Amino acid sequence: MLPTLPEGRVLDVVRAPSHTLSVPGSLVDPADPLIVQLCADLVATMRVSPGCVGLAAPQVGVSAQAFCIDVSSHPKTRTSHGLIVLLNAEIVEASRNERGREGCMSVPDLTGDVKRATKITMAGQLPLSGERVLISTDAFEARALQHELDHCNGLLFLDRVTGAHAVYPRKVYQQPGDPLAP
Amino acid sequence: MTSLAITVVGHDRPGIIAQAAEVLSKCGMNLEDSSMTLLRGHFAMTLICAGEADAAQVEAALQPMVNGSLDVTVREVPEEPDVPPLGATYLVTVHGADRLGIVARLAGVIAEAGGNITDLTTRLSGTLYVLLAEVDIPRSADVEALQARLAQVSAELGVDCTMRLLENDQL
Repeated sequence: MLPTLPEGRVLDVVRAPSHTLSVPGSLVDPADPLIVQLCADLVATMRVSPGCVGLAAPQVGVSAQAFCIDVSSHPKTRTSHGLIVLLNAEIVEASRNERGREGCMSVPDLTGDVKRATKITMAGQLPLSGERVLISTDAFEARALQHELDHCNGLLFLDRVTGAHAVYPRKVYQQPGDPLAP
Repeated sequence: MTSLAITVVGHDRPGIIAQAAEVLSKCGMNLEDSSMTLLRGHFAMTLICAGEADAAQVEAALQPMVNGSLDVTVREVPEEPDVPPLGATYLVTVHGADRLGIVARLAGVIAEAGGNITDLTTRLSGTLYVLLAEVDIPRSADVEALQARLAQVSAELGVDCTMRLLENDQL
């Protein structure tokens, strides 16, 4: 059960090439008030970012093992645990790899094909209480958890693409009538 | 600032990319987008670079690479504005026995529907022919009609064809 977090502040999301995105984050003390506030800030920033289903501390410029996800309203979600905030997380079990094309707020103009396990069990600690939890999930929630854990370990999807021709320009589709539409 | 399109095609050997990139670096040309692969064992590289040198200077600098086994072309190209696609991207996959005209017929069907191929790979392996194409389809296009037409032409060609929506997961 996720403890009640303080009010979060919306932070700027850093983009590659930013050094913070490429270094493994430090383990954190779940009871540290700064870490609890960081968790609240991650959630607040995720909530105001259109289409954002997850955010990790390095994406707001903090090299720490903390992230949040919420895939509950995504169409590809099967199992959903709603809002998840995890510290010092690690994968316990992973199976059934599938390739999918991913994008990331910190690499806004590119997408890449990445193989991820579609069934995982992840262990981590909750903020404030430090309670250790195990989350078993699948499909899109599993992909999102692995993507955010990678951020905590200093990895971008660019580090995991399936081949030399597996990175593409991101295509942002526009509605007819948009000022920029051709 | 000039943008140059450069192609290097020919017999593959270790060091071609290192040599070409070194020449461009010394000319002050920044290597931007590039694609390199082996096509039936032939080295094939296409790239866009930008800087202050002109096409003639860069072509002259690349001349030592042209040794009878490599062809190099350099030409100036205008800046191309990014045009966001209207519609959606599909992956078209085709496989079957090789025969003349598979790409021509299927690409023709896609073009007739207003589809724009943004990435294409074909491979011939023995008698098996494989085609993979990423296609931007305009919102106004009738996707089901295009799929039906591709199926019809594929049947005439004796190949199997699928066309599926390519989705990006923003995380």
